[in-house]
Amino acid sequence: MVKHLLLRSCVVGLGLLLATSSWGATEEYGYPIKDKYVATVVGTPSEYWADLPKKIPFHTRRVSIFPDRQIPDAFFADSALLYSVALQNKAAPLIFLIAGTGSSHNGGTNKQQAKAFYQAGFHVVSLSSPTFSNFVISASSTGVPGHAEHDAEDLYRAMEKIHTILLDKDDIEITGFNLTGYSLGGFNSAYVAKLDEQRKSFNFDRVLLINPPVSLYNSISLLDRMAENIPGGIDNFDLFFNDLVRGFGEVYKRSSGDLGDNFLYDAYRALDLKNEELAALIGVAFRLSSASMVFASDLMTDFGYVKPKEMKVNRHTDLQPLARVVYRLGFTDYYHEYFYPYYRDNENAGSRDAFVKSESLTHIQDYLRNSPKITVMHNENDIILEPGEIDFFREVFGDRAKIYPYGGHCGNMSYRDNVAHMINTFTR
Amino acid sequence: MIIKFSHAVLLITVFLMTACSTGPAMQMENYSEPVFSADRILPEDAAERSASSVYDPWQGMNRRIYNFNYHFDRYVFLPATRGYQNVTPDIAEAGVSNFFDNLRDVNTFLNSVLQLAPKKSAQSLGRVAVNTTIGLLGLIDAATMFGIDRPVEDFGQTLGRWGVGAGPFLMVPVLGPSSLRDGIGLIPDTMVNSYLKEEIFGDDGAMAASVVDALSTRSNTQFRYYETGSAFEYETVRWLWTTKRELDIAK
Repeated sequence: MVKHLLLRSCVVGLGLLLATSSWGATEEYGYPIKDKYVATVVGTPSEYWADLPKKIPFHTRRVSIFPDRQIPDAFFADSALLYSVALQNKAAPLIFLIAGTGSSHNGGTNKQQAKAFYQAGFHVVSLSSPTFSNFVISASSTGVPGHAEHDAEDLYRAMEKIHTILLDKDDIEITGFNLTGYSLGGFNSAYVAKLDEQRKSFNFDRVLLINPPVSLYNSISLLDRMAENIPGGIDNFDLFFNDLVRGFGEVYKRSSGDLGDNFLYDAYRALDLKNEELAALIGVAFRLSSASMVFASDLMTDFGYVKPKEMKVNRHTDLQPLARVVYRLGFTDYYHEYFYPYYRDNENAGSRDAFVKSESLTHIQDYLRNSPKITVMHNENDIILEPGEIDFFREVFGDRAKIYPYGGHCGNMSYRDNVAHMINTFTR
Repeated sequence: MIIKFSHAVLLITVFLMTACSTGPAMQMENYSEPVFSADRILPEDAAERSASSVYDPWQGMNRRIYNFNYHFDRYVFLPATRGYQNVTPDIAEAGVSNFFDNLRDVNTFLNSVLQLAPKKSAQSLGRVAVNTTIGLLGLIDAATMFGIDRPVEDFGQTLGRWGVGAGPFLMVPVLGPSSLRDGIGLIPDTMVNSYLKEEIFGDDGAMAASVVDALSTRSNTQFRYYETGSAFEYETVRWLWTTKRELDIAK
């Protein structure tokens, strides 16, 4: 408590000092972590969190999207799409949440968002990213995720099915529809909103894109390059990851009890990680997601990416040898050697360059520019953007873009100002 | 109650161990080349350099038990847990959880003594003393409010402390990942726990208490089989669990 008050008064004092010295240029932003890598890894220390309920009725459910689909035995548990809901017991607006790359409907970020929106009076429906392996298996029409338009259609189909269930089985009253997503989920939200203009199942009132990429290819290239910071090179992926877990373990050992709210923050301070190591850590985290996504996809289509086509794999097969290979590969390997060839051969996707260009928000910028319902929340120092890419949002969205000076990639999403802005977007 | 639940579990495990052979080995030779193969992109010594390898000679059986645990969880354990949560007010749930934790603290105390670990012995003994009295027979975790840390020590850790290696990885029905050493360690731990429950609730009550304990423990455990999103969940759980146990023993 003392530490809390001290910190708070320091921040307030600093804020006053800066405000008076720069004559109220802008109100001071109080998110405490200025470094982009640290913010991305550590997130928001708990004393800066918005005030949210500890527990809400947030329940996991499953819905069958393609009932007749044959799925690989290794993914036998993924025949139905997992999602979660938190429903009000009165008439209320509904918000769909879409998770970021490789993340699930009930991952930490979605859960936090669900609490904020539930508290603000919304029915909440939380969806996994189309890159989450359960989504790839159960709800992706092609089984090859990352395609802006297909992913949007897959999400839309799932949202429609869930909507029907909410009306028929839960018998809830919905007064309007809203949509938000972070990271790749923000990108997906833009394409889903555009699709909704034709299909009109929801007629969204408001859509908020949180820390989306501009160009998918640029962002995955940046993330792949981060993994190249692994000490000793990518051959040491396994060792680096192991060292990391042991490092965190050491911190856990010294800590009194469990992995608390500030565990990552404590670990970061105790381990004294250098910027390259933090970058490597981020790269590794994304690689773990991409590995599962790619492997699920490979089994779904039998493309022969890492699993030889004739090889039979079932739920009892030792997957370690294939895991070793797939963990060595990045998003760009997937893009060039599987994703693009797949769509070139199956859907006559154009040239590689044209395809790369079409997988972007730039591609739908006219729509975004002229849609007052769509807003953006982003950070000046987001690590998934190329230098200058942040200006795309200022230029296209104008005053519908709220750009914070720092926060890295989604690091400030739990910070109280950000949560307040997120809620205000949908309630004002 | 001579045959306890976890004894039965271990007996089944031993039976399966002898009945099943190891997992199917992977034969890469006769397949067409995938876009990326181990030969093409991994260094030759990749398997030896791999830090995430865990000794798992009973993999075939272990994977089948892992699969069984998913089904048991989904169709029996989790529905029962939800039922338990629905009929129990939150405050009572916390009390029940504290009560059984207090019994486990007795076991931590015994193991801390066996490990000749004075600090953990003092902490666990202090916790039991405080929680059993001020904490109203363990229903309230007063010790934590007074700032007494809660070490958790079991017989597997005690064996590890005295140099017994983990042995082969072992997936225990219902209970989840373990090792041969830790699986054997479950027997004395369970005997202590059952003894305490029988002393408190009598022979028949102890059985019911064990069921409530299991439901309470499951309701406090976030893990859901095949929902982590990892395509390599068994491998990842195996490695993380093994690492965690090594750290627990060093702690």
